[in-house]
Amino acid sequence: MTETATNATSARRQLMDLGFQVLALLVLCVALVSLGALIADIWSDGGSRLSWNFLTGFPSRRAENAGVWHALTGSVFVILVTAVLAVPVGVAAAIYLEEYGGRSVAARIIEMNITNLAAVPSIIYGLLGLGLFVRMLAMGRSVLAGASTLALLVLPVIILSTREALRAVPPSIREGSYALGATKWQTVWYQVLPVALPGILTGTILALSRAIGETAPLITIGALTFVAFAPDSIWSPFTVLPIQIFNWVSRPQAEFQVNAAAAILVLLALLLTMNAAAIWLRDRYQKKLG
Amino acid sequence: MKRFEFLIEWALFLCALLSIGTTAGIIIVLAVETFAFLREVPITEFLFGTEWTPLFATPRFGVLPLVAGTMLVSSIAMAVALPMGLLSAVYLSEYADARVRRFVKPVLEILAGVPTVVYGYFALLFVTPLLQQFLPNLAGFNALGPGIVMGIMILPLVSSLSEDAMQAVPRGLREGSYALGATKMQTSLRVVLPAAFSGITAACILAVSRAVGETMIVAIAAGQQPRLTANPMLPIETMTAYIVQVSLGDTPQGTIEYRTIFAVGMLLFLGTFLLNLVSTWLRDRFREEYA
Repeated sequence: MTETATNATSARRQLMDLGFQVLALLVLCVALVSLGALIADIWSDGGSRLSWNFLTGFPSRRAENAGVWHALTGSVFVILVTAVLAVPVGVAAAIYLEEYGGRSVAARIIEMNITNLAAVPSIIYGLLGLGLFVRMLAMGRSVLAGASTLALLVLPVIILSTREALRAVPPSIREGSYALGATKWQTVWYQVLPVALPGILTGTILALSRAIGETAPLITIGALTFVAFAPDSIWSPFTVLPIQIFNWVSRPQAEFQVNAAAAILVLLALLLTMNAAAIWLRDRYQKKLG
Repeated sequence: MKRFEFLIEWALFLCALLSIGTTAGIIIVLAVETFAFLREVPITEFLFGTEWTPLFATPRFGVLPLVAGTMLVSSIAMAVALPMGLLSAVYLSEYADARVRRFVKPVLEILAGVPTVVYGYFALLFVTPLLQQFLPNLAGFNALGPGIVMGIMILPLVSSLSEDAMQAVPRGLREGSYALGATKMQTSLRVVLPAAFSGITAACILAVSRAVGETMIVAIAAGQQPRLTANPMLPIETMTAYIVQVSLGDTPQGTIEYRTIFAVGMLLFLGTFLLNLVSTWLRDRFREEYA
């Protein structure tokens, strides 16, 4: 090959490399633009509908009178009960797998099973909740049945993120504790858990923020789409924001779809608050270790 | 003291065991209702019938239209998410500097964290009307709009898992390629991508499983018409959307309509379970390669 030919191929390859880079950047831009379009579309549809009356109002046959108070309180209530049910069990399971289980066959099977459960479609959990909680355990279509279903759904996520947090605790802390004569549980409870706590909280909040946007499992267990009151006990029937959004978006009238957009803004604000809390905790944690 | 430690360990073990109980619960609940369903409908009719009209006066229980609808929407989603996700993964792993990553990664995380009901709204009231301007024949409910939106939804999953796989490829392979005079693109596409192949395949299979199980986007924007078609312009119904449709009505327990959602759910569970198993197996094999 002559020198000019080599230079020509080299130049062509450089050009292709540049083209490839531009293409990849364009693809990334499409992703960014989609997110922008999504937010802009929903804001322009529903932004003007947001008001104090919309936040504190109850559902109504007339779109302009309808509000989301029942759904907002329903969402918050269900998530709190979910947290009470799922967090202690999830953290305990993670402690077993990370600190006790080691390489035992049982621990490995449980681990594999959790990885698989994390990828099971959420609507399958809805069918489990319908068969197990609503029918077999006769909880009916109550807050408790909904929260139990969501608790099973977020359990694998909480276990996985708690294990990450426990793994980040330096072994020297455990060894120091053992050297002072502490038992295994004393080491876990007094040394490992306090250090891992911010990490556990961050992971848990992120898991719960995923659960708060879940719609399909709650529809499947039969959470109502029209509830005219805020839930007052764990046995109340309930609805949640995503279900209210689904109900409004499925109606043909444009006024209800405006309500759906406004309710989406409320839901996104709720998610943003939870994520901000998680990030705040993570930053605090990182400062402490560094 | 010894006894207390022992009790604690057992309590923790029981909590961990609950996850096995969840899997068992899913299988038992689905199996019980599915067997009751199959006592009334022959399994051959269920699996190979081409008409799905369980709520009609003369019900037919052929699940193929629902399976076809699920596969159609998932294929469209993968056609969007696969090339875009891989390209952005290559860019983020091989090209991007720290500033771009700091900006792009959170945006992708946000895309992954948006509730699916919001994507459903977006598909029905933004993407479909937009597409209708170019495709006047597109029905108001269709497979195309939700498929594209679902692709955008799973793009971050494909991108971040593929990027992880590419990052795991040892530096030496890249340096060897550069030493031979290859450009970045040649190195990325002919060295890093093949080396990370099983990891990337694992990511893609997981994405397919996510698309197959996705519910709200299709329940809102794809329609409720079980139809054996490959035409993305028409209203269709997926397995997940059918379960939602029946759940919204008040179907009494013990009827055959009630049992259909468990039979469809069983099929969905088995399908995604198989995909997840293959994905996990591929990922573990990939990890061993570079351990």
